[in-house]
Amino acid sequence: MPEAEVMCQEPEVDFTLIDRIIRDDFNGNREAMIMMMQAIQRHYHFLPEPALHYLSQAISVPLTKIYEVATFYASFSLIPKGKHILHVCTGTACHLKGSGGMVKHIAGKLGIAPGGTTADKKFTLETVNCLGACAVSPVVVLDEKYHPKATVGLLNELIDQVNAE
Amino acid sequence: MNTATSAAAVLSGVKRFVGGQELEQHRQALIDRTDPNAPRILVCCGTGCKAVGSLDLLETMQNSVAASGAAIKVMPEVKRTGCHGFCSRGPLLTLQPEGLFYQRVKPEDAEEIVKQTVIGGELVKRLLYKPQGAKESIAKVGDIPFFAKQTKLVLKRVGRIDPFDINDSLVHGAYKALNKVLNEMSPDQVIEEIKNSKLRGRGGAGFPTGLKWESCSRQPGRHYVICNGDEGDPGAFMDASVMEGDPHAVLEGMAIAAYAMGSDRGFLYVRMEYPLAVQTLTRAIRQAEELGLIGDNILGTGFKFKVSVSTGAGAFVCGESSALMSSLEGKVGRPRPKYIRSTEKGFRDSPSNLNNVETYANVPEIILRGGAWYTGYGTERSAGTKVFSLTGNVHNVGLVEVPMGTSLREIVYGIGGGIPNKKELKAVQTGGPSGGCIPIPKKFLDINVGFGKLAEIGSMMGSGGMIVMDENICMVEVSRYFINFLVEESCGQCTPCREGLTRMKDILTRLTLGEGREGDVELLEEIGKFTNSFSLCGLGTSAANPVLSTIKYFREEYDAHIRDKKCPAGVCKPLYYYEIDPEKCTGCGLCRAKCPAKAVAGEKKKPHTIDQELCIKCMECYKNCKFDSIKIM
Repeated sequence: MPEAEVMCQEPEVDFTLIDRIIRDDFNGNREAMIMMMQAIQRHYHFLPEPALHYLSQAISVPLTKIYEVATFYASFSLIPKGKHILHVCTGTACHLKGSGGMVKHIAGKLGIAPGGTTADKKFTLETVNCLGACAVSPVVVLDEKYHPKATVGLLNELIDQVNAE
Repeated sequence: MNTATSAAAVLSGVKRFVGGQELEQHRQALIDRTDPNAPRILVCCGTGCKAVGSLDLLETMQNSVAASGAAIKVMPEVKRTGCHGFCSRGPLLTLQPEGLFYQRVKPEDAEEIVKQTVIGGELVKRLLYKPQGAKESIAKVGDIPFFAKQTKLVLKRVGRIDPFDINDSLVHGAYKALNKVLNEMSPDQVIEEIKNSKLRGRGGAGFPTGLKWESCSRQPGRHYVICNGDEGDPGAFMDASVMEGDPHAVLEGMAIAAYAMGSDRGFLYVRMEYPLAVQTLTRAIRQAEELGLIGDNILGTGFKFKVSVSTGAGAFVCGESSALMSSLEGKVGRPRPKYIRSTEKGFRDSPSNLNNVETYANVPEIILRGGAWYTGYGTERSAGTKVFSLTGNVHNVGLVEVPMGTSLREIVYGIGGGIPNKKELKAVQTGGPSGGCIPIPKKFLDINVGFGKLAEIGSMMGSGGMIVMDENICMVEVSRYFINFLVEESCGQCTPCREGLTRMKDILTRLTLGEGREGDVELLEEIGKFTNSFSLCGLGTSAANPVLSTIKYFREEYDAHIRDKKCPAGVCKPLYYYEIDPEKCTGCGLCRAKCPAKAVAGEKKKPHTIDQELCIKCMECYKNCKFDSIKIM
């Protein structure tokens, strides 16, 4: 995706909110940087660059360090995500019951790689290493709703439903 | 109504306990108001049951009970609890005091349960558990082999108490041990008791807990007590269930550790994929602080211990102790060399004691009953019990707590109920991604599970994930899966781990695509041994275990991939195809209906065929065929 397109999709960053997260929720404590970033991401569904610049200045941590953390941990994203997030569990129990094939199937159907977002910004496909619901594997989570014992057929239905909205 | 309201009433009168006696008086008052024989409906709301809709069940159950109020003699308390353990049968519901067990309960069953069982005293037969192959259903929890064969020390309260209500934990004995250590024991006596118990770390390495506490306590400076709840092994959910089902056991264990080591600050590092655990622990800390059981001046003794929850951000390597501490400091989680131990210089360069969730949860009971009592469970070298999460191709998927030294046979067949669909047991994988696959039928079904034994045969105890694999699991593909996982999760600072894993992944991927060459296995072994020898942390030094153990025990499967270009288990897609046996196919059309790729064709009541061009090998037809007519070729 061209960079310019991503940039213009970015929402306005509300610095009062970022400030509240940094100072009120975490007392400006540098050690809580990961949790501050999580709070920012919870709000915007990704880490907007201006917010990270602000964070860097507010807690006096170089932007490179913030970038290092943002790219080291799998849960952080520097690019905006889709409206609907589809998590496919690829933990061992789910893998043995075919979750790898499901990831490939969805990736093919949506035309994106795992971690990617569709051009219409409707879907982001993500894999997760274990949700602890191994008894009902394979598990797929669409927008925080669990779908136990998922099948390729069910995924087709879910995606078609969202697309029909 | 009973406990729920009365407990709230009692709580409203309590501010902070300023002494141990007050705590015990409060506990006694709660117990006096709690009739152990009062009717209770326990709804399992662990992650497994939640995934299949137990929160809806809880709500409809509460509504159904309220709606039938007039007809019920003694109103039952509908209680939300943590994991009952029998996850494959969820949503689960237990009716006390009789101990009736209903499984796979749907919200629409709630009304019938209230009418028939609560009011009428009759069983709802279709909701009872029936073991595989048995004719009779079993009504009571205590008679179900899955539960009856377990020994619950760590999980004794999990699934029985409401994890969101501290008073319920107090009724069941929480903070009794903390009261005891603060008023009757010196820090050294606490350490001595833990040493006597021979408790070893439950996170995988198995280091003696008492020794760790002792060496940390001897260090000068501010001490930190850290709990590792970053349960990263895929397929393992023991720690999640403890944090979600009995948070106060973990907090109490940490507080006792803090007292023993002279610490005033603790951290719980929990993985972000466990939102329920974070929520439960956060609430538990607040409730314990309100009562003066955590925080400043605990029980009026002047002992101070503040705890907070930190969440991980999705990095497996942060389960490694030094990486975890680095992550707690808000940095990237890269392990550091251990020539200086964390007990000397860990978090904030200060003496830090890090234990696993299950280790801390064991502590209160050891304090109350004594170390000698604890060594009565388990084996000489591995004392106590261990919680396993039993998953994969086994009938009874769930949480299993057994004494150390229990045989794999007992766990997989006795408790697990054996392998579904008349398949053969092929292997058991323990120890997470850096563990090993144990070939079961041939040699090791009667091996006793403990720290030493598993290491001897090339696997490890790990944190307690136990994944059962049947004949349809390809060992080459499984090792590709684990190596791929570790490639993603390696922090990248040691070249052997970073590059060795990537090379191994390339080779294994080639094998699963049918592009294997002679000499690949030898090359894998060479790289694997090198990776294990020259990496820094626990992740790197055990990273090649899945490859090495599968080569050791399943060499013939590697050879089949390389020489015959066949995947005997029917997993590696280019190396097999499905075919319908016309002799066995009845033309029922089920596979045609289930096929998402529309690759199955055929007229009703006539043998069907699969179009190999269209087939995506998703296994739907194979799994669904009732006549065993679909063959892996």
